[in-house]
Formats: sequence, structure tokens, C-alpha cells
Amino acid sequence: MLAHLPVLQVILPLIAAPVCILLRRATLVWLFATVVCVLTFAISVVLLVQVMGGEPIRYELGNWVAPWGIVYVVDSVSALILVIVSGIAAVAMPFALRSAASEIEPDRLYLFYTMYLLCLAGLLGIAITGDAFNLFVFLEISSLSSYTLISLGRNRKALHAAFQYLVMGTIGATLYLIGIGLLYALTGTLNMADLAVRLAPLLDSRITLAAFGFIVVGLGLKLAMFPLHLWLPNAYTHSPSVVSVFLAGTATKVSLYALLRILYDVFGVRFDFEQQPMSALFAIVAVAGLVICSLVAMYQQNVKRILAFSSVAQIGYMLLGVAFATAAGLQASLLHIFNHALLKSGLFLAVGCLVLRTGSSQLANLSGIAREMPWTMAAFVVCGLSLIGVPATAGFISKWYLVSAAIEKGWWPFAALIVATSLLAVIYIWRVIEVAYFRPASDRPAGSPPATEAPLSMLVPTWIIAAANIWFGLDASAPAAITARAAKALMGAGG
Amino acid sequence: MRNHLVLRVIAKLLIPFILVFALYVQFHGDYGPGGGFQAGVIFAVAFILYALIYGLENARRVMPPTWLRAGTALGVLIYAGTGIATMFLGGKFLDYSRLAHDASHGQHYGIIAVEFGVGLTVASVMVTIFFVFAGRQRLTDEDPDEENGA
Repeated sequence: MLAHLPVLQVILPLIAAPVCILLRRATLVWLFATVVCVLTFAISVVLLVQVMGGEPIRYELGNWVAPWGIVYVVDSVSALILVIVSGIAAVAMPFALRSAASEIEPDRLYLFYTMYLLCLAGLLGIAITGDAFNLFVFLEISSLSSYTLISLGRNRKALHAAFQYLVMGTIGATLYLIGIGLLYALTGTLNMADLAVRLAPLLDSRITLAAFGFIVVGLGLKLAMFPLHLWLPNAYTHSPSVVSVFLAGTATKVSLYALLRILYDVFGVRFDFEQQPMSALFAIVAVAGLVICSLVAMYQQNVKRILAFSSVAQIGYMLLGVAFATAAGLQASLLHIFNHALLKSGLFLAVGCLVLRTGSSQLANLSGIAREMPWTMAAFVVCGLSLIGVPATAGFISKWYLVSAAIEKGWWPFAALIVATSLLAVIYIWRVIEVAYFRPASDRPAGSPPATEAPLSMLVPTWIIAAANIWFGLDASAPAAITARAAKALMGAGG
Repeated sequence: MRNHLVLRVIAKLLIPFILVFALYVQFHGDYGPGGGFQAGVIFAVAFILYALIYGLENARRVMPPTWLRAGTALGVLIYAGTGIATMFLGGKFLDYSRLAHDASHGQHYGIIAVEFGVGLTVASVMVTIFFVFAGRQRLTDEDPDEENGA
């Protein structure tokens, strides 16, 4: 059975999704989906342990050998992403029981869980596949299901946000597909490893350049690279709380992973950073995203929106690490993928608790809420500190690595910029904390219902994530070891 | 549509042929052009034509939404189940060669099973989408203001 784990990783949620349609009873479906998510997480952990102990695992679907058939490849990079995605999915599940029930129509709940599992299967598939076209298929599975998930939000703005994301996401996926089509026309293969070999003598071709451009812009749209992020704030703001948690923790990161895969494994480091100005491009969009979106986040009146803009800014850190074009930079970037998944899903979990009890994520409705919901707000503060990058939290670790990488590269101004943008994060997180802790409850709009502490089924997942933020802030040896190896694997692959 | 005798008769004549043609496309898929997706769409067209001519209520009686939901889910499960079956037979996921003693027979059986799953899901989803959209139209028609406009 152990040999089948790579394929089970993806097909377990994929098979579970239609079973949810057949089960139909909301609580039953929830229980089933929770078990599936936990099992999926267990599989990913086993895979990670296997990969860290030896060689990358390859699994040929239908026993068709590599360049002809589809291969799943689990190496240290994909194993890390698998653990992040399935981990967030599993933690959000217990939270979903109360949160989803309060925000989604009861007769649609079983469809919500179906879509959730499909989205999970798609994201895991992107991380595990070694085939460029198969990656597109999984990208579409995860995207289509996330459009549906977002549209399930409580008000009609959710529909608009989902449609906006649908249009932008489809353009992104189409551009990626055009790029892959060009590469296929040029080389006659879709397998990533095979593509890298056949593409090596063709790197000067204009078709390669066009394909490169299409793929970078296409995946840039999906990962909300700065000027292409316009779909993200609305999507995260208006979707149901659980969906915000899941997507904020996973979706953009998996797209970034896909971009890294293509950049490093298909085109190769030398092409990206010596022949093409990817360092400059990533550095520019990263800095622009970091500064502008952090500033925009400071002026938002909705906590979910603050966090959404902060997400776009944080993607800037990840791209900045890639822009350094060194193993240390890439490691910092991968570490931030892991740590940001932890801290941002923690923040959205806390906001989900607030939404359940107050019915809103508008700042005005949260005046003095910390007195009624001390545990929820404490978790928010912990994850907020992690977002800022205070020592002894996970966020500090990735910023530390990022600053070290910047100094190692000799890009001093960027080290200063990382610190400066962290101060911007202090401001927008402080706004929430100030409202929740220091404003009187009487500032809330008239007619607001009195709030009580969130139920345990939601507090426990929130605190698991908050505790993980502290744990990985104090002892980052495991993620550091995994990302060091992953960065080395990616840098080495391109030769 | 009650008065359109020609349409009603022609539709009644055509529907069986559409269904049989869908099955032909379905099972001929591994020899010639065709396969589960195309067959599923053609199969669904028969029900959509019936709904257009004889009304949504009658179509819902022929193909209850519960069946459609089951069909949507079962198709995917047949596909994935074939893959799981090959895993239990000692092969890898979707390794059809394991389904029979002779590898090429196994490939045939596998493709037929998988394509049947695809066809079932595609047909169910197509009819569901049509019912949902047609149902919306019906709701707005019941609105008295809209009725005057129409």
C-alpha cells in the first residue's frame, strides 16, 4: 500500500467528493470529509518523511512509462507543499462544522464539502504532478471549485467576486495553456523532466521566449503577483470564512509552487536569471506589491480585506526571495510559503470566529470585542505578531532568512525594505487590535447582537494554528531542513 | 408547445435514434472518433429535446433530479473505482492491463469502464445544468410583471 501513497494523496479527496453528493446529510458529509482530510494529511506526512529519508518518489499512472504517461513526482519541494495544503485543509475541517453551517444555506452544505474536497484534490494534484499538462488540469479543478466555493458567500457581492475571479483565473489558465501548447509544438513532450532536456538546445528560440512569457504571466495571475492581484481582495473578503481560511493558506502558494517548478525544472536557473531578467522583474513586482498593498491594507475598514491585501503584500516577500536567484533566497521564499500559510490561515480562522459571533468582519462591528471573545482575539494577536515578524513566531524565521539572503547577495536596500514593510504590517494589524481591545463596546452600530466566546470546535483549530506559529518560531529546525533541501534540489535541477 | 403537432411527432421519432446514436458513440469510442464525453452530451441532448417539446415538468418526471445527482456522482466513482480495482489486482492506479489475463483485453475493458463513467457524469451534469437554467426561466415567468412583458 505504501507504494501507492503518491496517487492516493490525490485520488482520496477526488473520490470522496462524489461520495459526499451521495451521502447528502450535512453532518454526515462533514464527518466523512473530516476523516478524508485527516487521512490525506497523514499520507502527506508519510510522504514527506519518506522523501526526507531518501530519493524522490516517482509513480507512473496506469503503468505508462515517463515521457508518454503521466508521472507523479514527490520530492522535498512537492512534499512540503503537500503537507501545507493538506494540513490547512484538515485543520479547517472541524472549524467548518459551525462556521459553514452559519454562513451557507443548509441545503447547499453537502455541495460545499464536495467542492472543498475537489479543490483540495486539485491543489494536491498541482503539487504532485510531473506533467505540465496534467498540472493545467489540476489547476482548473482547483480553480473551478474555488470559484464555486467563493460564490457560496453570504451576500450577493460574493457572486460578483467569484465572477471576477473566474474571468481573471480563466485568463491566467488560458495563458498558461498557450505557453504549454507552444512548448509542446516545439518539443513534442509534456513531461517536465523530458521538456527540460529537449528544451535545453532550443532556449534561444522565439517560441521558447513566447511560451516563457505566457506561462509567467498566466501563473502570475493565479498567484496574485502584484499588478495581477485584482481578483484576490474581493474573493477573500466575500467568500465564506472557511473558504477564506483554506484559500488564503493554500491557493496562491500552490500557484507560486507551480511557477517555481516551471521556472527551475523546465527552463532552468541559467535561462531564468542570466538570459532573462527575471531577477529584476520579480524584484520590481515584489517591492511594488509589498509597499503598495501594505499601504492599501492600512486604509481598509473590513478585517478580511486588510488580511487579503496583506496576502498580496506577503506574496511580495516570496517573490523577493526568488528574485535573489540564490539557494538562500529560494529557501527563504519556501520558508515564507510555509510560515505564511500558518499565520494567514490562523488570522482568517480568528476572523471566522468573530464573524460567527458578530455577523460581520467590519472593523466598526468589532469595537471592544476582545472583552467578550478573549481567546479568539488572543489567537489573532499571536498570528498578527507572526505576520509582523516578531521574534519567537514563525513569521520572524522567514524574514530572518530573507534578510540574511539579501545581505548575502549584497542587496542591502532590500534588507532595509523588508524591515520597513514589516513596520507597515504593524500598523494595519494594530488597527484591528486597537479597535478590538481599546474601543468600548458601545461604539458598535446600534442593534448589534451581544457576542460570546466562539465555540470550542472553532477555537481549538484556531489555537492549533496559533500554537504552531509559536512552535515553528521557537524551533524552526524541521522546516529549515526541508526548505534547505528543497531549495538545493530546485537550484540543482537546472544545472 | 401543445399545438405544434409536427414538432411533437418528430421529436418523439428522433429521441430513440439520438439515444441509440449516443450509445454507439459511447461504445465505439475506443475504435473511432467518440468516447464518453461526446456520448454523454448526445445522450443528454435527447432529454433536453424532450424537455423543450414536452415541458420541464414532464422531463423532470422522466429524469428525476435525485437520479441526476446519483448519476453525476456514480460516473466519477466508476472511473476512480476502475483505477482502485487495478490497484487491488496488483497494478498501479488505472493500469488496465491487470483487468484481464490478456493485457490488450484488459486495456479494452478498462477503457470501456472508464468511458462509461465519463459518459454517465457528463450526461447527468448536462441535463442538470439545463434543468437549473430552465427552472430559473420558469420562476421569472411566474412573476406577473414579467408575464405581461412576454
